[in-house]
Amino acid sequence: MDTTERPIATATARAIPRRRIGGMTLAERQAWTGWLFLLPALLVVIGVAMVPLAQTVYYSFTDKRLGALQATNWIGFENYRFLLRDNLWWSAVRVTVLFTVVTVIAEFALGLLIALVVNSRFRGRGLMRAAMLVPWAIPTVLSAQMWKWMYNDIFGVFNDMLRRLGLIEQNIAWLAKPSTALPAVMAIDIWKTTPFVALLLLAGLQVIPEELYEAATVDGASRIRQFLVITLPLLRPAIAVALIFRSLDALRAFDVFYVLFGARPDTQTMAVYAQNNIVAFSDVGYGSAISVLIFLIIAIFVVAYVTSLRVEAES
Amino acid sequence: MTPARRRVLRRLERTLFWVLLGIIVLYLIFPFYWAIRSAIVPDSVQFATPVVYWPADPTLDNFRKVIASGQFRRAVLNSTIVAGSVTLLSLLVGALGAYALGRFSFRGRTPVRYVILSMTMFPSVSVLGGLYTLITQFGLYNRLGALVYSYLIFTLPFTVWVLMTFFRQLPRDLEEAAYVDGATPFQTFWRIMLPLSAPGLVTTGLLAFIAAWNEFLYALSFTQTPDKRTVTLAIFYFSPQTGGGFEIPWGQMMAATVLVTLPLIVLTLIFQRRIIAGLTAGAVKG
Repeated sequence: MDTTERPIATATARAIPRRRIGGMTLAERQAWTGWLFLLPALLVVIGVAMVPLAQTVYYSFTDKRLGALQATNWIGFENYRFLLRDNLWWSAVRVTVLFTVVTVIAEFALGLLIALVVNSRFRGRGLMRAAMLVPWAIPTVLSAQMWKWMYNDIFGVFNDMLRRLGLIEQNIAWLAKPSTALPAVMAIDIWKTTPFVALLLLAGLQVIPEELYEAATVDGASRIRQFLVITLPLLRPAIAVALIFRSLDALRAFDVFYVLFGARPDTQTMAVYAQNNIVAFSDVGYGSAISVLIFLIIAIFVVAYVTSLRVEAES
Repeated sequence: MTPARRRVLRRLERTLFWVLLGIIVLYLIFPFYWAIRSAIVPDSVQFATPVVYWPADPTLDNFRKVIASGQFRRAVLNSTIVAGSVTLLSLLVGALGAYALGRFSFRGRTPVRYVILSMTMFPSVSVLGGLYTLITQFGLYNRLGALVYSYLIFTLPFTVWVLMTFFRQLPRDLEEAAYVDGATPFQTFWRIMLPLSAPGLVTTGLLAFIAAWNEFLYALSFTQTPDKRTVTLAIFYFSPQTGGGFEIPWGQMMAATVLVTLPLIVLTLIFQRRIIAGLTAGAVKG
């Protein structure tokens, strides 16, 4: 670099956009360096996500089988047509949607309650906030195993509790039938993620200015009215984020279902069905078609989320 | 309302608050208590009815058996290798990219930002078919390398996004002073910006580590033999070590669960403020 081109001490880099360094304007140079710095990350993103995604989409139009001797054929929409008539797929959709709707609503309602309670001042609040992170931090597989043991039909603590309370007379095999297995799996998810939802909502609650409530109290507004008129509207962004995040997670649920039930037909989610087709049956083509559908469903939510944040991201 | 009645009402409200708080805490804590209780009772108590809630003679037998188990130790080592490598790689590559996206202005920056943001929400199952074939073709199947490679799909975009918001908050002065003194962009990044963003690196690194440590779907799909299992897989496949006549040694499994969870809980409690800040930066602020 030519030393005479170096800016004098008072000039900042921004103040000299037109000065040429090494044959480039500063803006050009900045663009060049920017892309250079971005390059490793872009390469990883392409290699780890874009290429596999493109491949998955491609396979979804073929009869690709892993380890098969015959060549892979292009079969157009055959996999998707078959999915329409596949009862297992529709059962997986039903399970996933039911799971998503129930857990997201329950987690939101409970999370809001917890956030409101923790938001009021009391001794041990910091400890409470820390404790709330704990279920979030432990692996889903582990929490699923913990609960599976509590649900045990012979030695499980749930059956014992319910019997002591006189609510049941015979032990129940909670995980055997879909009618009790689904509520059981929902209870695990609600336990694990409600605190996380509560933390997101708590973050939103804490930025609501205290003066608003003080003014409302002076004006004689009741607590409930304050909640409806001040808290809920101002909490809307945090609520939107929490709901969308939870829906995204619930729609791709895999771990907790697989640990509890494996790939049992009556209680598998869309993700479990996809994984089972690809890995257990080596039916990469069909499994990929399922993956693509999951991707599309979740993409709708992602687009909704990103557009709702656009204003902020642009600034 | 008379003052006396108001006092009663207030006391009632207070009691209700603490009862509610108590129920919430119980709901959060009880499963952990039960895991610990199950880890410290002998099988004779474990598999007995009615259930014993408070163990009279706790034992560390289950912990001893788990720690002595070669498979469990191997799994902890595997998880540490995989999660450690993924975290380091994501931080290195991610910080560089985040610096570019956060501090440089160039055409195409906004679309790249959107791609990265969308990818933080990428469902890992949606690329399973493509990844599975790629990994088999490259001979990575049943190798820890396959996990390091595939885990980047969820750690890297997240790292870039959170670090980017972090870099954007740093003051411009130091950076400009470095450029004025003739530092190259890379020197500025490495010597000035990276040290300044140490708190952000710790937070994102921790979150990436936890995410990789907890992963299950890819570990289940891309490995086969017991010596390649990560912790989550090992606990999923938990098999009898002693064969005491029961199918699943729940006591040992709970001991393993407690052992694996403890470091995560400690880390979370130490860094809780930063984690909450990092999570909300990734989620709320966008």
